[in-house]
Amino acid sequence: MREITYAEAIREALRQEMRRDKNVFLIGEDLGIYGGAFGVTYGLLDEFGEERVRDTPISEAAIAGAALGAAITGMRPVAEIMFMDFTTIAMEQIVNQAAKIKFMFGGKAKVPMVVRTPAGSGTGAAAQHSQSLEAWFTHVPGLKVVMPSTPYDAKGLLISSIRDNNPIIFIEHKLLYKTTGEVPEEEYKIPLGVADIKRKGEDLTIVATSIMVQRAISASKELEKDGISVEIVDPRTLKPYDKKTIIESVKKTGKVIAVHEACKTGGFGAEIAAMISESEAFDYLDAPIKRLGGLDIPIPYNRNLERHAVPQVEDIINAAKELIYR
Amino acid sequence: MKFTPEKLIDMLIKMYKIRFFEEKVDYLFALGLVHGTMHLSIGQEAVAVGAISTLKPDDYILSTHRGHGHCIAKGADINLMMAEFLGKETGYCRGRGGSMHIADVEKGNLGATGVVGGGIPIASGVGLSIKMRKTGQVVICFFGDGAANQGAFHESLNLAAIWKLPVIFLCENNMYGMSMSVEKAFAIENIAKRAGSYGFPGEVVDGNDVLAVYKVVLKAVERARKGKGPSLIECKTYRWKGHSKSDQNLYRSKEEIKFWKMKCPIKRFKEKLIAEKIITNEEIKIIEENAKNIIEKAVDFAKNSPEPSVEEIFDGVYS
Repeated sequence: MREITYAEAIREALRQEMRRDKNVFLIGEDLGIYGGAFGVTYGLLDEFGEERVRDTPISEAAIAGAALGAAITGMRPVAEIMFMDFTTIAMEQIVNQAAKIKFMFGGKAKVPMVVRTPAGSGTGAAAQHSQSLEAWFTHVPGLKVVMPSTPYDAKGLLISSIRDNNPIIFIEHKLLYKTTGEVPEEEYKIPLGVADIKRKGEDLTIVATSIMVQRAISASKELEKDGISVEIVDPRTLKPYDKKTIIESVKKTGKVIAVHEACKTGGFGAEIAAMISESEAFDYLDAPIKRLGGLDIPIPYNRNLERHAVPQVEDIINAAKELIYR
Repeated sequence: MKFTPEKLIDMLIKMYKIRFFEEKVDYLFALGLVHGTMHLSIGQEAVAVGAISTLKPDDYILSTHRGHGHCIAKGADINLMMAEFLGKETGYCRGRGGSMHIADVEKGNLGATGVVGGGIPIASGVGLSIKMRKTGQVVICFFGDGAANQGAFHESLNLAAIWKLPVIFLCENNMYGMSMSVEKAFAIENIAKRAGSYGFPGEVVDGNDVLAVYKVVLKAVERARKGKGPSLIECKTYRWKGHSKSDQNLYRSKEEIKFWKMKCPIKRFKEKLIAEKIITNEEIKIIEENAKNIIEKAVDFAKNSPEPSVEEIFDGVYS
């Protein structure tokens, strides 16, 4: 099968959905000629024009509100917030309005909108352009939170997100944009809320999100050399998330690490760990649940400090060995 | 501008319905039948009715926390509104929204919001959707004086301006954002003046004169339908009651409230219609009786409606 990048897979999903449904349109900053800050929407202006690839002023609250207003009156907007850090400016519209309108109105409204946003560190962009804020959004009923780790997942999950009738926070990782993988040319959907086992294994489960899936795969290859067989579970959707697949994996391996880039305190790993400890998998554990997350600091600029701030492949290897050789 | 007697009487009926509805729910609150809080628009009826009477049935409105009047003016079923106040399953929002979140999406009322200015960005999105779907509709976005100092106000008015969206931004300046007077909250006299900085017309109107409101809003609606873009209208009015149920009116004088009660929009409109022989005192009495009956029936409907079931508590979180 052909290989394309994560960014190309997202662009292909957008293009195919825009061709399929005239109500799908893009709204955000510098999406058109510029192609978005990371080039994801590059070239879509030529095919769909300014009406449907809609550049906005630097007004994140208005972008989110415009998407919401359009969604409740029959359109299917895909908004882009240029950096996940800037979702803070749109938070009122996303959290108080978009997430709650259906419920507050007794279920009598549909909110088919997607907010795409790149998260994560590793680009040297420092504290205000590097955050991973997914846990905030998982705490808001009414939102769905999607976080793909591969080009294949990115395309299939984005198509499902656009066709969903709920507000969706679709979190991309900047360092993944240039990674490649096999992606079918035709349209396909990956259901939201279904995890994927990225690697089968017997000795240890790693529940990883976004770029940490790639790092966990690299780590597992090293660990294999030491005879440690790792199973990697990628939830892919954090809200709702697939508890069953995680529980089954932990029951099999008896050991689990939850790893994400976001700050450890209050991070999604805490949810995973708590869920496992409340589940039937608890009785199968033969080691404490381990969490790996970012340090509780803003992302620093210096290359070495930045690298240190979030889990790397060697951190995952070390954590795995601690659990196996305890 | 010529109004048919039917149109004028319809507007008067709606104003009465709003007044009696709010007096009734205020009373029900005192009895403990309505819980939480509510924001009454008594004294501001001319704004809701004057503005919304310019719309076609399929046009949209976005309302505010002080939104009962908007809802009734847009043609809401009083039974469903009252049931919502009593938190019943038959209410507009199945008892999930209450006073502050009543919406009637089918009738184009895209809902009240509890966040000051929260509807303004949504309105630009509705305008965008109308433009992209080419339906010729318009949207009136109601908000208070307080909302004009939210950042989202600026972002959204600018967006509507650059894309020439069919949005009427309607500021109900009732002189106070909770306890803060407009004199303290603004360094300008008229909020409508801000329209100039976005490049579209802004107009100030007496918000206690229903026909004056109608005329100014109609001009903005016609402009929006022609694709010429948004307008900002500031209706100067006054709320007789406190901001919400916690208000002890410590920030304004009895004399001030009394002064504005003299300018009651309903009394004023009624007297005008009588003077112009469009309606008689007897007919007014019938209108008042009918409005009161509708409200009483709604209370019965609400009281006799079932509570929402706890088994269905998750309904509507996701579609």
